[in-house]
Amino acid sequence: MQYQWDFGFLLQYKALIGVGVLYTIGFTIATAVSGLVVGCLVALLRLSHLRAATWVVTAFIEVFRCTPVLVQLVWCYYALPMLTGLELTPATAAFLTLTLYGASFYGEIIRGGIISVDLGQWDAGRALGMRRSQLMRRVVLPQALRRMVPPLVNQTVLQLKNTSLLSVLAVPDLLYQGQLITSASYRPLETYTMIAVIYFAILFPLTRLAHRLEARPGH
Amino acid sequence: MSNTRMIELIGVQKSFGTLQVLKDISLTVDKGAVVALIGPSGSGKSTLLRSINLLTVPNSGYIRVGDHAMDFSSTQTLPRDRDLAAFRARTGMVFQGFNLFPHMTVEQNVMEGPVTVLGTPKAEARELALALLAKVGLADKAGMRPDSLSGGQKQRVAIARALAMKPDVMLFDEATSALDPELVGEVLAVIRSLAAEGMTMLLVTHEMAFARDVADRVVFMRDGCVVEEGDARQVIEQPSHPATQAFLSHFHNGLA
Repeated sequence: MQYQWDFGFLLQYKALIGVGVLYTIGFTIATAVSGLVVGCLVALLRLSHLRAATWVVTAFIEVFRCTPVLVQLVWCYYALPMLTGLELTPATAAFLTLTLYGASFYGEIIRGGIISVDLGQWDAGRALGMRRSQLMRRVVLPQALRRMVPPLVNQTVLQLKNTSLLSVLAVPDLLYQGQLITSASYRPLETYTMIAVIYFAILFPLTRLAHRLEARPGH
Repeated sequence: MSNTRMIELIGVQKSFGTLQVLKDISLTVDKGAVVALIGPSGSGKSTLLRSINLLTVPNSGYIRVGDHAMDFSSTQTLPRDRDLAAFRARTGMVFQGFNLFPHMTVEQNVMEGPVTVLGTPKAEARELALALLAKVGLADKAGMRPDSLSGGQKQRVAIARALAMKPDVMLFDEATSALDPELVGEVLAVIRSLAAEGMTMLLVTHEMAFARDVADRVVFMRDGCVVEEGDARQVIEQPSHPATQAFLSHFHNGLA
């Protein structure tokens, strides 16, 4: 039997889809920013000489890097309240999980960028009499950032795709709205195809940008 | 503590793990003197140089450069970041690998110390940078990036960058070892002119002829100890210690 593709019906759901797009982009931006902030702290702690801090932060990174986000989300929403008595809304649990998950990867990218800067550069800054913060701000970070940007963009692409998992907590992201549309229209193929197209339309420019930034500066 | 002495080291020791790199080194350098540190690789001469501006923090001993002194014999705690920075700001260092900041222009490299560390206004720092670049013969390269310069030019920029801090002393860590032979001369010429101006300098070098001609004194190190030191011409041409004689015999062809 020939399947009759029909995308026209999706127009009646455009408000629903719009909300989904806003949630997906909103959660991506919010957790990318919070993930980067926490990731910076994580990287600095891992680079510090405080043995206890290094140990705790390394454990945190490995737990979040080596377990599925889906499980982390479910765990944070259902298990954490049982253990701590702390009630979280689905959105808060989602934000918290994606922040920490993102931070564990962002942190390693940032740390890698910092230690990739030649030791001679640290020597040169110190020899001029720079303090640690000045050395970071003026010498190390400007060089490290250039190398960090492509992997950071890459990780942010993954971060956006991971928001699709928020649907398990009934956060109305794009995928969750798609599931609603599907159950109302019985047309999963068109609905999921549309979702893929929207994801692509958001992410493709971002990956192009990352590609541009990979080109060596000045060339 | 005579104030004609610009650098004073007493009983400086440094170990990396179980390897003792500096064994109880004492050394003084007079104001305006040029001292060459020579010796086989692994003798500790670079570590000694790096401990004078505390890039390598010694395990024990006393170090004074100009008005700044640090005593490592009593305390076990590391000096604070702020104190280290203030100490290092008074010494200039030039590295074998240049270590220019690649994300800045030549002029910005030279301005960086005064602007960031000393808080000098940018206009004033730029004027100083241009004057120093002119002094090392690179006034026309001010707006260029370091990666477009030759090794000799990079090293002259590095010297200008160190001088911009108006240091009490200049430390050169094998400043010409990474250069093509035909570029060594232009860097040595700049060092020579600094010596003529009365800058106090300590150089780790393999250029024996240069050490003999420009340095006032030569210090020969081996296995973390000072084996022999004295008048530059005397030590290089008539070394008294057998180890110094053996080391210098490798160079005598080039010392005509």
